Amino acid sequence: MTQPSSSQPSSSQLPPQHPIYHLAMARIMEFLRQPDAVFWSYFFPVLMVLALGLAFNKRQEAPMLVDVVDTQLHEKLKESLKQNSRIQLMNTSIEQANIRLRTGRTDLLIEKAIVDSGHVYVFDPLRPESVSARSLVDDILQRSAGRKDAVEVSDRSSSEVGGRYVDFLVPGILGMNIMGGGLWGVGFAVVQMRIRKVLKRLVATPMKKSHFLWSLLVSRLVFQIPGVVIILGFAWLTFGVAAQGSLMAALAVVLLGALTFSGIGMLVACRANSIEMVSGLMNLVMLPMWLFSGIFFSTDRFPDAMQPVVQILPLTPLIGALRAITLEGAGLLEPAQLMRIAILATWSLVSFAVALKWFRWA
Amino acid sequence: MSHDQDETDLYRHKPAILCRDLRKSYPGKPVVEAVRGLNLQVNRGECFGLLGPNGAGKTTTIEIIEGLLLPTSGDVEVLGRCWRRDGEAIRQRIGVTLQETQLSDKLTVRETLDLFRSFYRTGITVDVTMKSVSLDEKKDARIAQLSGGQKQRLAVATALVGDPELLFLDEPTTGLDPTSRRQLWDILRAIRERGKTILLTTHYMDEAERLCDRVAIVDHGRIIALGTPRELIASVGGDHIVEFSVAAEQHSRLDATRLHSLVDVTSVRDEVDRWSLNSKMAHHTIPALLSYLEAENLALAGLTTRQASLEDVFVKLTGRNLKEDPTG
Repeated sequence: MTQPSSSQPSSSQLPPQHPIYHLAMARIMEFLRQPDAVFWSYFFPVLMVLALGLAFNKRQEAPMLVDVVDTQLHEKLKESLKQNSRIQLMNTSIEQANIRLRTGRTDLLIEKAIVDSGHVYVFDPLRPESVSARSLVDDILQRSAGRKDAVEVSDRSSSEVGGRYVDFLVPGILGMNIMGGGLWGVGFAVVQMRIRKVLKRLVATPMKKSHFLWSLLVSRLVFQIPGVVIILGFAWLTFGVAAQGSLMAALAVVLLGALTFSGIGMLVACRANSIEMVSGLMNLVMLPMWLFSGIFFSTDRFPDAMQPVVQILPLTPLIGALRAITLEGAGLLEPAQLMRIAILATWSLVSFAVALKWFRWA
Repeated sequence: MSHDQDETDLYRHKPAILCRDLRKSYPGKPVVEAVRGLNLQVNRGECFGLLGPNGAGKTTTIEIIEGLLLPTSGDVEVLGRCWRRDGEAIRQRIGVTLQETQLSDKLTVRETLDLFRSFYRTGITVDVTMKSVSLDEKKDARIAQLSGGQKQRLAVATALVGDPELLFLDEPTTGLDPTSRRQLWDILRAIRERGKTILLTTHYMDEAERLCDRVAIVDHGRIIALGTPRELIASVGGDHIVEFSVAAEQHSRLDATRLHSLVDVTSVRDEVDRWSLNSKMAHHTIPALLSYLEAENLALAGLTTRQASLEDVFVKLTGRNLKEDPTG
């Protein structure tokens, strides 16, 4: 199909690559040449894992804060308490100690009993720290007073790795990253191209519209892979977080999630023609998932009446499937996992179909 | 391939663009009628200009022809084909620059053109395209680093890279400095010399005069004059405009009928602060004007003479300036 009318002598062409390749490459180059975008999408989740991982990891080793009124406790007892490295003794007045206890700045107050030579523990039975401080202090005091263990027991630390909060958190952060990446990465890019009239310019060419939409997906999947590697790699290096199940299964779920949230991003952006409008819509869509999809704590904590809604939000099955793989070593074919995959796939098909139908180019 | 060739021949004798009674209105209060019954034929190989003030309906018209907007009523044929049936075939054969596309700042010139080239089945190489708009030295520069004129040349290059038969340019030099404008004009002339058809819109009369074989003057969504720039200028009666003024209090002592009777004067306009005469021969009219003023004992306060332009055509037809905002 030569064009005989062309007076260009060098119509000999290097065959250009497929349009999807060039469209996706354009998106990728735009992204890589925007250092702040790279930072936010890759390092923000890492910072989050670090901060939350440290905060909640520390808690297990956190000192127990025990207040005593100096004159009321025998020196020998104080010495034996001080020998335990987890206990931090604080000499204070009775009034001060009561205030500190009420405001959560100390876990336990040891008072001298009024009638005999015993002690009174003042603590908050609803606070786990307070309860465990009471039992540890009591144990030490009883032993130093000569109590012998009736039964020989020993401790073995179990489920250190895999059962900590950080192990639970990492799949949540990963899901959050996939959601944010899909919505912002696709939705924002589309609206920006609409505002800059790039979409209008593109439909004036013979470009196939499906090629354009495919390129958004392809570039999104390409962006997501380093995101997963960075988050999981960082969690593994700093906290030793490791997946119990197959990494390939986890990657498959990640890609399905990226696909789903790209579709939702496209849907959110399919008609919006201002940054304000798309940002508002995006937050509206993400807020329920931030709250209810179990990023930071288990969805089991919501009342049963809410569960149907909680479970149908697309982020819930994504995080659920990731946790099942990383924490329980699940595969993809268990009934619960298939259900999650089905919910995600439904979301992606519906959002793509609707977005395609409603998409406004100019 | 021979089949394709036959097909191309079939359409070759058809005009590049044909519009019949084109109308476009936008719903609202009141309804905005952007195009009100526009007929147009652009022939193969010509550079055709739609000239008119902002808001005249030029962009709406060109975007309907480009297949970006649907007309409310009327027919459009582009290269002998209609959009509904042959949209893909038309898009393969046209190149478009819009008025306000901001191509991605982060991409380089070459990347941008590689992208646009990939949409077309046939075309010219990106290297040739860059050379034809003098951007070959900027090929690895990001778009953010280009000047306004360079960006506009890149926009033209994205339209050229598919080797189109028909090129659309909407306000191609708006906002450019004089040097960049002249540079773009040279590029467009070279494109026309290669046998391409060009449809451009502009509100600059000098641009239309210098580039266009034929011009349609558009106002309020209709074509109010059509012809070569020379024909249109001749139609206002005279190649020269003689403008003069006298002291303000003496202005009304001059008589339009007397002025009209001066040698070679074809029309007279009272511009309130001065008089404007269309003249076939300025060197005949000016001596006659001076002796008339002498006879009336009026002192000349200012006198200028210039070639008549499309601006004068527009003023004559509408009573307004091209640069004014349209009224109503």
